Amino acid sequence: MKVLNFTLMPYRSMDVPASKEYRSAWVVLPNTFYDPEKGAHDYESYIDLLAQSEPLGFDGVCVNEHHQTAYGLMPAPNLIASALIQRTKKIKIAILGRALPLVNNPINIAEEFAMLDNMSRGRIIAGFVRGIGAEYHSTTVNPYYSHERFHEAHDLIVRAWTQPGPFPWEGEHYNLNYVNLWPRVYQQPHPPIWIPSQGSIETIEWAADPSRKYPFLVTFSAREAVLKNLLAYKDQTQKYGYEAQPSQLGWAAPVYVAETLEKAMSESRSAIEALFNDYLTLPMEMLLPPGYTSVESLKKIIATKKAIGRAGFGGTNQRQSLERLMELGTVLVGTPKSILNQVEQVKEKTNLGNFVSMLQFGTLNNDLTQRNQAMFASEVMPKIQKMS
Amino acid sequence: MTETSITNNTCRVGNINLYLRRAGRGSPILFLHGAGGIAEWTPFFNDLSQTHDVWAPDHPGFGLSDDPGFIKNMSDLAMFYLDFLDTHAPTGGFHLVGHSIGGWLAAEIATRNTQHIRSLSLISSAGLRLEGVPMGDIFMWNTEEAVKKLIFDPVVQEKRLNAQPTPEEAEIIVRNKFTFAKLAWYPRLFNPELKKWLHRIKVPTQVIWGEHDELIPKEYAKLWAKALNTNTCTVLGKCSHSPPNEKPSETAQLIKTFLRKHAE
Repeated sequence: MKVLNFTLMPYRSMDVPASKEYRSAWVVLPNTFYDPEKGAHDYESYIDLLAQSEPLGFDGVCVNEHHQTAYGLMPAPNLIASALIQRTKKIKIAILGRALPLVNNPINIAEEFAMLDNMSRGRIIAGFVRGIGAEYHSTTVNPYYSHERFHEAHDLIVRAWTQPGPFPWEGEHYNLNYVNLWPRVYQQPHPPIWIPSQGSIETIEWAADPSRKYPFLVTFSAREAVLKNLLAYKDQTQKYGYEAQPSQLGWAAPVYVAETLEKAMSESRSAIEALFNDYLTLPMEMLLPPGYTSVESLKKIIATKKAIGRAGFGGTNQRQSLERLMELGTVLVGTPKSILNQVEQVKEKTNLGNFVSMLQFGTLNNDLTQRNQAMFASEVMPKIQKMS
Repeated sequence: MTETSITNNTCRVGNINLYLRRAGRGSPILFLHGAGGIAEWTPFFNDLSQTHDVWAPDHPGFGLSDDPGFIKNMSDLAMFYLDFLDTHAPTGGFHLVGHSIGGWLAAEIATRNTQHIRSLSLISSAGLRLEGVPMGDIFMWNTEEAVKKLIFDPVVQEKRLNAQPTPEEAEIIVRNKFTFAKLAWYPRLFNPELKKWLHRIKVPTQVIWGEHDELIPKEYAKLWAKALNTNTCTVLGKCSHSPPNEKPSETAQLIKTFLRKHAE
């Protein structure tokens, strides 16, 4: 198996009690909460942390894109990827991913990935996502057209990477007279495309299609959902008449490892609970703006509510404890042996080939992060890498 | 007031089925609904239908009407309604009454062609932007916030919040939201190109607003009245964004009086 290292780059100094006056740590949390001195320190620490991944033996590092939030400080993940190219020599650099529908000219994304691919001599993995619901509020892109724009932008980018230019693009959402990338991509036919997702059958069908076979990475999900989605992907490949390769299946999760369970829990508790309760605060209106999901999914969500009101902001969201998150398998916290066990269980059932460990999360400070990363790299990762 | 008998029917515009409620006798009114759609035949409709032939269709993508993919924005919807008018408008045309995005739609239709339009009554209308007076962010509000901001009377708010939609109603709520986003997410609830063409509307126009509108503040009433060059502009007290539901008889009376004045 391959193991990649990832952090969301959260703004760790967020004043959590004060942030509770706002409906979310996304979109509406005033940026006066951001102190540039502390933020600059966070950037430096996170880049150092990810750069250490190469000597520690990881197969790659990951960055991702989020906008207008304390949850992640990477509105432009390619800038961090570019820094990491200079700090590493061999490992993969996965941008998981760029949110295609949020830009008005997807060629910008095609060009930036092509630059990174050349600058790294082919170490780039290009993740394609739609962006989360809140980002349709912050960018004003119409969520109703999110799926259409994603698919058209994808088709345009892949064609721009693989077909000689210039050629015109005559689309529904994008119209270009000249598609002619300088530079061309370094990897042939193009950088690997990964699809990070919380899973929907439409996404799985699309990613697994024999013309694409894009690796599918389940992020931030309970164990049950991880298994369900990875198995759905495998089923889908069988329906298409082929067997999924392990490299097509991935799982990303927060991990904290220590000598004892008690130590792991006490050291990670506040950071993990902050991540899920203070940073990942998304009322339904922000998480699922109209059109972002299919009518069917939204109907199911609404049908489960007793009355039309009384939900959402300040409503029923209960604080998730570390114990609960561990029980669900959303986070892996424990001894090296127990972490390995949990990865092994998913491996046995799905034969997944990529594991993305998030070793810094929420407010976890540099010392604990370094310790977590070192122990994971020496006592857990080599055994995951040997799993087959 | 007597209950007028309502005909619920489907009418065709090209290949598209449009669900249409119709009741009453008198000069015809075409009511263009807002983003919430039409849940029922309300006292407002009943009042109007005492003296008018009231037509209240569900827009394409709303309620029980078809949802054709070719309607991608408010401009398409206005062109669609011009087809509707060509096919169905009675001799002499309709008085248009539009609420919220239905008011915006009425103005878009009327800037294009008033051949079948006798007058325009815009209620709490979307469609324009007043710099420095932002609209409320309705897509950010949860249901409870929306009800409290869109309705002035706490008793009515409470009734709405405790309403239990049937599965069919829940489906329509979702449908309406999706189509609302399609039409109005960006630019948010307005068309930057509309204002400069409003001078083309030569039929009589009036503007009706709620004093406490938290979605489209009452300052927009003046903006519309000025842009349409009309003096008939009424702001109703103890009313937010839904005059037809919050002040049914006052709103109906304003329309009836206005239409009587401009009868021929």
